[in-house]
Amino acid sequence: MTTSVERFDEKARREFGKVGHTTVHEGELLRHPVYTRFLHWTAAISFFLALLSGLAIYSPWMFNWLTPLFGGGAMTRLLHPWFGLMFVIAYFFQFLNWLSRMIWTGSDSEWMRQLKDYVKGTHKLEPEYVGFFNGGQKLQFWEIIIGSGILLITGLCMWFPELFGRLAVAIGYVLHDISALIMLFGIWIHIYLSTVGQPGTLQSMTRGVVTRSWAWTHHPAWYRETTGRDPREDHQRAVERQTERRRVAEAWRSDRDSAARESERGPTDKS
Amino acid sequence: MATLRTLEIKSISGHPGTVPGRGAVRGLEIAKLVDVTTCIGCKACEVACVEWNDHPFRETSFDNSYQTMATTEWNYYNLIKFNEHQLEDGGLKWLMRKDQCMHCEDPGCLRACPADGAIVQYTNGIVDFNQDNCIGCQYCVSGCPFDIPKFNPTTKKVYKCTLCSDRVGQGLEPACIKACPTGCLHFGTKDDMKALAETRAAQLRNDSLFPLPNAGVYDPQSIGGTHVLYVLHDITRPELYGGLPANPQIALSYTIWKYLAKPAMLVIALLSLLGVFFHYIFTGPKLPQPEPPAREEEL
Repeated sequence: MTTSVERFDEKARREFGKVGHTTVHEGELLRHPVYTRFLHWTAAISFFLALLSGLAIYSPWMFNWLTPLFGGGAMTRLLHPWFGLMFVIAYFFQFLNWLSRMIWTGSDSEWMRQLKDYVKGTHKLEPEYVGFFNGGQKLQFWEIIIGSGILLITGLCMWFPELFGRLAVAIGYVLHDISALIMLFGIWIHIYLSTVGQPGTLQSMTRGVVTRSWAWTHHPAWYRETTGRDPREDHQRAVERQTERRRVAEAWRSDRDSAARESERGPTDKS
Repeated sequence: MATLRTLEIKSISGHPGTVPGRGAVRGLEIAKLVDVTTCIGCKACEVACVEWNDHPFRETSFDNSYQTMATTEWNYYNLIKFNEHQLEDGGLKWLMRKDQCMHCEDPGCLRACPADGAIVQYTNGIVDFNQDNCIGCQYCVSGCPFDIPKFNPTTKKVYKCTLCSDRVGQGLEPACIKACPTGCLHFGTKDDMKALAETRAAQLRNDSLFPLPNAGVYDPQSIGGTHVLYVLHDITRPELYGGLPANPQIALSYTIWKYLAKPAMLVIALLSLLGVFFHYIFTGPKLPQPEPPAREEEL
């Protein structure tokens, strides 16, 4: 089972790698191959289409103005389930793609216990046990998996009420809303942390690469895994290099300044 | 509705029921009264409905019953439900009930509907669908305790009995009323119809030859009453009449959740959005290390 999923994922990554490619410059690491990026943005686009069309149906009192985007109320209703289906399909493949990386481990539980420090930004570097994904990312991943499962089932009930009956629609409607609201809650955190909250993250889903310093800062165990080097040591070395550079730069600057002062003094001595 | 008192009937010869319109007081709310005890299952009301609403002929179905089809349809608002009920003593009772929209005082379809202006309730009690605004989500179908709204898969709109709002607005009675040959169907103000129904029920209960001790009026208070009233032989068992619910209810998702939904969404979306915004303001970005050294003292 696992092996056939892995074989499928490898083949998909290979095939997508033929169409697109990822350039990894010096000092950078490959984080997300073309296949992952394709799935991510397909899911992202369909998520927002489903969100906007869904909000218009969910609360027309506030979001009726969104319906013209999709061609009116009836068209919004017609398209919404298809957007949802697109999201579920894209995320299903992402599920297969990421399953092995998303397995919950003891270090994720440990990470969750340290969540307060993460939010407050107490430590400049993430704990050394944080791998490809941290506990928060895994939590959101599994929330989306469970949430989209509920959205799919209840959505089908509402899509084909004649097959599933009145009660399924009446219950499904509430569960559909709640699942969507939890995902809505999560999406802002996801967008924030992957853009302005943690600069250097967005390019992992666009160009597919991150800098080495990004990797040892946010995902030290993954850094160790891909480069075979010690993340703390490399960070320490970078700090030393920075200190050294600053020392050299300051020395150079003071040399230049004293040289300038001398050259200013020179002519006055002559006259 | 005739407005001239000169045309108000005082008594009718050979009439099986009470005299409609006796002592009538005109009010705002209207109602249709179906006295199932005098229905003969002629289906004139079905035909009149199809005719007035200009619906095309549609295929009927046969299921060992006299019933035209299983349920009302998007282009068949009015259906007499036939039920052969076996009595305890081995006798048979043929129960017929004209099924159509009940025009509830608290309409489940309207509560469930998310489309602006697709369902309206008039002050006279008529609940009407406005197909121009219908988005075809069919929530109303699951909101209705009587299984009345029906989806048209071609136009992707939902349809149901309008209580002939177009006729009533012009001072006419609904088409089905006009067609009824037995006086089973009545139309007037809700108070009048209620009074008439109660009179008829009392008449049935106190009949000297064939008293029906359980005869009563169906006007379910669980949904605030309806604007279609039934006089039933046995008010304790309305399910016998083609599945009329004894205690019709609207699902809690359309009552409680509907009111919770909007504030819940605002709270959840804003909590998270404001949360990340102020997180940035308070702690700022988490930069790859080592970051450029800070020049100023942190505040």
